[in-house]
Amino acid sequence: MKEQPKQETIPLNGDEAIALAAKQCDVDVVAAYPITPQTIIVEKFSEYVANGEVQTEFVCTESEHSAMTACLAAAVTGARTFTASASAGLALMHEMLFVTSGFRAPVVMAVANRALSAPLNIHGDQSDSMAERDSGWIHIYVENAQEAYDSVIQAFKIAEDTGVSLPVIVGLDGFTISHTLENVTVLGDDAVDQFVGERQLPIVLTHEGKTVPFKLDPENPMTMGPNALPNYYFEFKRQQEEGMRNALKKIQEVNSEYAKLTGRSYGDGLVDNYKLDDAEIAVVVVGSTAGTLKFIVDQMRQEGVKAGVLRLRTFRPFPVEQLRSALKNVKTVAVMDKAMSFGGFGGAVFGEVRNALYDTKEHPTIVNYIFGLGGRDATPRELRKIYDDLLKIDKKGNVETTVHFLGLRE
Amino acid sequence: MSGKEKSWREVSIAGICSKSSLGFFTGDWKTYYPVRDVEKCTKCLTCVMFCPEGAIKWAPEKGDIWFDMSFCKGCGICANECPTKAITMKLPQTEEEGRGK
Repeated sequence: MKEQPKQETIPLNGDEAIALAAKQCDVDVVAAYPITPQTIIVEKFSEYVANGEVQTEFVCTESEHSAMTACLAAAVTGARTFTASASAGLALMHEMLFVTSGFRAPVVMAVANRALSAPLNIHGDQSDSMAERDSGWIHIYVENAQEAYDSVIQAFKIAEDTGVSLPVIVGLDGFTISHTLENVTVLGDDAVDQFVGERQLPIVLTHEGKTVPFKLDPENPMTMGPNALPNYYFEFKRQQEEGMRNALKKIQEVNSEYAKLTGRSYGDGLVDNYKLDDAEIAVVVVGSTAGTLKFIVDQMRQEGVKAGVLRLRTFRPFPVEQLRSALKNVKTVAVMDKAMSFGGFGGAVFGEVRNALYDTKEHPTIVNYIFGLGGRDATPRELRKIYDDLLKIDKKGNVETTVHFLGLRE
Repeated sequence: MSGKEKSWREVSIAGICSKSSLGFFTGDWKTYYPVRDVEKCTKCLTCVMFCPEGAIKWAPEKGDIWFDMSFCKGCGICANECPTKAITMKLPQTEEEGRGK
């Protein structure tokens, strides 16, 4: 086995950790527009540029729509491209998110998850990126600053895989992760450079009958993303879906490859299970809340309750098989949503999880908890209540309310 | 849809053009194409002014007009405006009919 490279533990908040990861991945182009709570990423990165620490073309745009457009344009010339946004900024990118994934441009974007107006709120919830669920981007959500750093490095390797060739969102809970100082263990520049490697390009067939790398190049001209009429559009979209399916495997591969290098892994890269093997009750969650839930589970285990946590790390592509296998022995499940799907039957994560488990022979009873909107803290006491509710459902054998609002004044 | 069209496994990613874009013309979009009756045409040039695509041209050396089928989208405004009803819109009977280039 190869010797692990030297690592160093330094204090960083989530945003700084992400800026450092992007720097070490030697990105060619960053086009970004600052917005709370992502601002530190852009500030830190522009500092690297000003100090000559990176050879990156840093493009200050006048809006997020332009930032994503510039990223797309850079990515299709073969450049490694990074950006970051949040909330209203991400919403302004909406149109270009679809164009970028349709172009199969492997842009990596950190989203410091924040609530959307109105009323105006700068604090953390996941409404922004959950609203971009169907934009064709891979969605990876992290639990802490360490994982934010690790996931950005992994994201380039996933996005730029020639079988995937899709953009990736790395979501980190606003303030809870973005602004909180943690001890983060980081690799040296060389180790990251070796791990991520040169950007690989898919081979495509041009109109001249040449097979060439997929990039805009005057030597080998090609037209990307033009008009596709009803007789071809559907085929291109199905092909894009295949990239998503390939990503399921690639995310797992990169997770284990990274574990060999650093000793750090996040479940299988798709789902991160905590004490689920013999669990009878479990909570499914996305993001930083998993940390507090693990603490509650430890407490409950001491009391003899078989409780567990499933942290959904990858939301797109949705890991159906992994989720089914992880929850196959669990009797009662609560799914937490840090975003509202107005008028829907519970949140987006709830819908997906319940949908995935519907076809299993003995699927668990599943309830939903909407929580933490606009940065409202989910306290250990409240999270404990979820497990207590699950025990009650288990005992009574029936569900009175399927969709709950946690920590809301009634 | 004809059987010659490629499956999703065969097309290049990102909608890369399978043919040179130099070979694509807006005239390819048309369903009907204009046919002129030279006996009825008075060369008043009303159609030239009304064509939204500038696809009807005046050729001074010939002292006549001509239709650029590469850019005619088949809207039929010329046929509608022609004071002598010299232009009629027809459905092409072959692949080549009404096409430009």
